[in-house]
Amino acid sequence: MPSNWSDRTELKGKAMQALTALACLIIIAIVAIIIGNIVTYGAGKLSWEFLSEPPRDHFTKGGIFPAIFGTAALVILMTIAVIPLGVATAIYMHEYAPKRSRLVHFVRLAIQNLAGVPAIVFGLFGVGFFIEFVGRGIDRGLYGGSLVYGQPAIIWSALTMALLTLPTVVVATEEALRAIPANYREVAYSLGATRWQMIWRVVLPQSAGGILTGGILAVSRGSGEVAPVMFTGAAYSLPELPVRLHNQFMELGYHVYVMSTQAFDVEATKPALYSTVLVLLMLTFLLNFTGIMIRARIRKRLRDGR
Amino acid sequence: MDAKLEAAPSREAGKYSAGICTEELRVSYAGNEILKGVTLEARRGEILSIIGPAGAGKTSFLRCLNRLLDLDPDWQVSGTVLLNGQSIYSRELQVAVLRRKVGMVFSVPVTLPMTIYQNLTFGLSLNREGRSQRDEKVEKALREAYLWEEVKDRLDEPARNLSGGQQQRLCLARTLTLEPSVLLLDEPCSGLDPISTRRIEEALQQLKKNFMVILVTNNVKQAARASDRTAFFLFGEMIEVQKTELLFTTPREKKTADYISGRFG
Repeated sequence: MPSNWSDRTELKGKAMQALTALACLIIIAIVAIIIGNIVTYGAGKLSWEFLSEPPRDHFTKGGIFPAIFGTAALVILMTIAVIPLGVATAIYMHEYAPKRSRLVHFVRLAIQNLAGVPAIVFGLFGVGFFIEFVGRGIDRGLYGGSLVYGQPAIIWSALTMALLTLPTVVVATEEALRAIPANYREVAYSLGATRWQMIWRVVLPQSAGGILTGGILAVSRGSGEVAPVMFTGAAYSLPELPVRLHNQFMELGYHVYVMSTQAFDVEATKPALYSTVLVLLMLTFLLNFTGIMIRARIRKRLRDGR
Repeated sequence: MDAKLEAAPSREAGKYSAGICTEELRVSYAGNEILKGVTLEARRGEILSIIGPAGAGKTSFLRCLNRLLDLDPDWQVSGTVLLNGQSIYSRELQVAVLRRKVGMVFSVPVTLPMTIYQNLTFGLSLNREGRSQRDEKVEKALREAYLWEEVKDRLDEPARNLSGGQQQRLCLARTLTLEPSVLLLDEPCSGLDPISTRRIEEALQQLKKNFMVILVTNNVKQAARASDRTAFFLFGEMIEVQKTELLFTTPREKKTADYISGRFG
């Protein structure tokens, strides 16, 4: 009977709607539990002292300021390295490379593979390439063989992290370039723009929002990863701040790892541990929020043409 | 750029020294022949319109003349295109320079996401020579496009605030700021109301004194109204070209007669 199967499909539709809604609810619940848990246990120890002082007494006293500073410095250096490289790669692939280019095919393959490489492998690569090869090379060439750059340092951590986040930036930028109407390019060309003028005056301003999205995602990822920095520059405990590119540094994610596994008394550091995680989360949100605000302003300016 | 074009023979150079002309222009896209050897010329001081059904190659023809087809290597162009006696595919001619001389207005008004003023100065700001007397050039172009009165007090507004007809006249003015010698119009009125259409046609009548105007149109009546000569394209071939009133009253070819009387295409 037609009426019969019609009823059953209706029911099936309702069931699917409920299931998909349930999936959303589960995600919200998980996030709420995670954040609730961290805030409950972490808020207690949060104080100006905790944010502004170095750790004391095997992490149970004092604060985490060097780790906050180190993480921020790491993320900024990483962004400075990854955005130009990622954007330039995407621009070459999308704007300059000939159609069906073999090179682009290989670059795309390489980027996909890069995105699938585990973070720890990047860490080892950082040691092997940046520290042992590049760093030692600089020392031999410029410092007469004395150990300056040939050891773990914030610059090598930042560059390793930049490699890790490179696929994100390349993919986001390419996506943004693809979204620019072909009309705009034709108009620019028909008014006598060279390819670079077209890119500089039409394509880049139009894709700034998408590029920033890539940057925001890269910052989120970079501020949370531990594996790439643990061999390449992060220090177990270091009260001094990194002021030179070849200094070691403390990093929030690595600090959490250290406190939870290698502290003198793991139980006693628990409150500080939760507070550190809370600070890491807040720092990530803050960096994201800043990026999103900048992006919103750029988008508004683009719409109005001012 | 894969176009196989050689410089024009020197004896031809004097023949079309003031105008744009094509000889045996062939265009194919990914192996399909779009234009099958078109020979046509446009002279200074006239409006040449090109009519024909969809797929006739009108737009491809237009896009050859400012080398926009070069942007996609799947397009293959061969034959000769002479602008004031010089081959536009010759090696000495930079394509960006050519495009400043051969302005184009597209069928859909495309304003760049900037202010009206920024749209108008976009072309001028691209090279050093264009930078002097910008305001004068902008005003002159806007007056020529019959838009000055409507936008003179709102030049700093986003261009997207304008109506469709105003946007298309803005696109025309934007092209005119560069003082091109040829103006290519690809169905410039296809999305416009009759009043906007009339404004653009009026502007063209004034402009043709100083430019060569080539107008591709799907609107046969517009060709009859606005142009001095009309060419009829069909399936990649130029069937005939005549003075407009002759083409519409006594066409030489039966195909033309069929098309303009609506029996075809």
